[in-house]
Amino acid sequence: MSQWVIKGLRTGIKSTRYPNVAETAAGVSPGFPAETNLGGALAESLVAGCPTRALGLGPQGVEVDRRRCVHCFRCIRGAKRPLDWESGYEWARIGADGAHRDHRLGRPFGRSVHILVVDAGDCGACLNEVKQLNNPYYNMHRLGFFLTPTPRHADVMLVVGAVTEHMRHALRKAYDAMPTPKRVVAAGACALCGGVFGPSFICGSGAAEVVPVDVEVPGNPPPPLAILHGLLVAVGRRPPANGAG
Amino acid sequence: MAIELGQMAAQAQTRWPGRVRADTEQDADCAYRIECEPQALPEVCNWLFSDLGYSFGGLVVEEAARWELRYLFYGDREQGWVHVIARLSADQTRVPSVSTLIHAADWHEREAEDLFGLVFEGHPRLGDFVLHNDTWQENLTPMRRSFDDRKPAAWRTPDSDWKPRQIVEEAGAFLMPIGPIYSTATGPAHFVLETIGEDVIRAQPRLFYAYRGLEKIAQGRAAEDLLLIAERISGTSAFAHSLGACQAVERICRIEVPPRARVLRVWAAELERLRHHVGAIEGICESTGLVVAAAQAAIIEEDLLRISGALTGHRYFFGLNALGGLTIDLDDCALLHAAWQVKAAVSRLSELERMLSMSSSFLDRLEEVGNVGASDAREFGLVGPVARASGVSRDLRRAHPYLGYERVDFDVPCETEGDGYARLRVFFGEAAQSARIISAVSSSIPQGAFRAPQVSLGAGAALGWVEAPRGAALHWIRLADDGVVDRYRIITPSFANWHGFRLGAERFAFQDFPIILATFALSVHENDR
Ligand code: SF4
Repeated sequence: MSQWVIKGLRTGIKSTRYPNVAETAAGVSPGFPAETNLGGALAESLVAGCPTRALGLGPQGVEVDRRRCVHCFRCIRGAKRPLDWESGYEWARIGADGAHRDHRLGRPFGRSVHILVVDAGDCGACLNEVKQLNNPYYNMHRLGFFLTPTPRHADVMLVVGAVTEHMRHALRKAYDAMPTPKRVVAAGACALCGGVFGPSFICGSGAAEVVPVDVEVPGNPPPPLAILHGLLVAVGRRPPANGAG
Repeated sequence: MAIELGQMAAQAQTRWPGRVRADTEQDADCAYRIECEPQALPEVCNWLFSDLGYSFGGLVVEEAARWELRYLFYGDREQGWVHVIARLSADQTRVPSVSTLIHAADWHEREAEDLFGLVFEGHPRLGDFVLHNDTWQENLTPMRRSFDDRKPAAWRTPDSDWKPRQIVEEAGAFLMPIGPIYSTATGPAHFVLETIGEDVIRAQPRLFYAYRGLEKIAQGRAAEDLLLIAERISGTSAFAHSLGACQAVERICRIEVPPRARVLRVWAAELERLRHHVGAIEGICESTGLVVAAAQAAIIEEDLLRISGALTGHRYFFGLNALGGLTIDLDDCALLHAAWQVKAAVSRLSELERMLSMSSSFLDRLEEVGNVGASDAREFGLVGPVARASGVSRDLRRAHPYLGYERVDFDVPCETEGDGYARLRVFFGEAAQSARIISAVSSSIPQGAFRAPQVSLGAGAALGWVEAPRGAALHWIRLADDGVVDRYRIITPSFANWHGFRLGAERFAFQDFPIILATFALSVHENDR
């Protein structure tokens, strides 16, 4: 067995220094199209070409609703005038149900937050990014985040997926079983608006239809750092992308 | 076993005179059609499966003026694909079950019964399957054309007291329901484990909690938008599935994919396979509690995700495939650099393999655990690494090469024990082969276009196939005149392997269950669609 101890020690520290220092490694995030000063027919064709209606025309040009964007890249690849693109990952915003809440969950949650992950019917990519949070690169334990399999021990629920009819009941039951105070983080385009799947006869248009969502993390899937930011926002240790909170 | 394709028509016609009509030649897609009357279906299918050694691919049901049932079979390269087709008039919904003779067709028929309302006579287990009976209204068949998928269906109020049925009745039998939310970060699934003492006697998964109705919502969409859906069948094998869909559409519309795009597709497909297998290895290490090893694998997985992200813009290759090629060109220097990074990651992977092979307490948990024999694997139609660990070696890259795989030098690792350790070795072996392919193609990528210059869509139907990370994936697509999707049938490796999962899980100790589950590397998302 000692070979594993040595191996572990030899590997050294891999963890990102986020949130103290921004992570700059390549390939940690797909980024998003940025609001672009562009009008006329070019802008209209980009807006019309977006499959999930994430783009709109506003006074400043083309506006982007990140909650709906599924990273299909149609607004840049092959476009006559591509939209600007922005990297980064601190995208989490306070959701409609979170606005009236105090996001400092209070002292007991300071350094030990237990998270229940509920896959309410995604494609598996969001779930895989959630799993990465436990890998040595992201090492969520160092921030006091722990995954728990039971709602009764959970402070925060992390939901992915558009919520299928078959998961709706289980999701609600799990939420009800969590002790208060509790917070819900919805991660991924599907959990925010149904994404590519919903609404339909079997998929809803997001977790907020079933449970109150405090924090929204856009992305399809959101990369691990974006989910980490969402969790930090949920417990009041990082400001959300939309200021308040 | 194998007979000349030309003789097959003659043989079929002598065996079932007047009841079958068989092609004497393959069509352009290497497919060979046998049309038969419904009553002859089981026998004809069984002849292919049992006498001629074909593998069962899946069932495609299409609703038009008449019902068309298409049972797909594939053999080795010279045996090609065989489509056994039976037609029923629109008001006829009963057909003899093929799964009484070919067990691999079991779940396909259950699904068709649930979603189309067809009745497979003689099938032993119809009922609650895709659509859960405790919430779904009886007699609603969502895959019928008359069913409107945009409106929410009328659901029943869920029954909070729903309980699985106990089957094992012996003394000391205990029923343990697990899920659909279980463990720390898993796809939704429910297991009904029935145990006597320590042993699991019956392990029946209840799936489709992640049923997103993808085949239904694809209908009426533009062919290009189909790729958005295909990528999200299983996010961890997005590229493989979008490739399957692309190949079907490219066949229908006779789109010539430029050589450069074909090689780049091989590149991405193999990187995805490698990353998937590393994830599977990580899962196996974790299930045995070997945290350092799991962490080592996790580091490699993240490295590969970053390589993918840096190179193509997306860690899971979303938005990369396009009809006729790719959406962007990949830079030759960046590819070489990435290949070098992959090589470094894989050398750490083989170090991990070496260390694991010397950890006796780890091997004890895997050896002689979750055994699946070769004949069971074939009978249940298992595919991919799981099948190859049980000595069933068919790999679509070899059997029916696409993208030019016939010119790529690689091995198909195969084991015979069929236990957890054999599956682990196949994952390691295939990961190494993928790395080998990546490094070989990186230095010889042809110049030229990365996408067909012109893509004009037309009507037709075709099968696209791909050896996805978890095994054979078949995509049957029918386009209407305007290039709009009329039918999209998705047959996934997880669907086949979940069906056979109980082969490995039953008869073993309860504490081995999570380990056996990990060695099957199943995806509920890919299964449920
Ligand atoms: S990347 Fe795709 S989904 Fe996102 S805004 Fe652009 S077109 Fe819309």
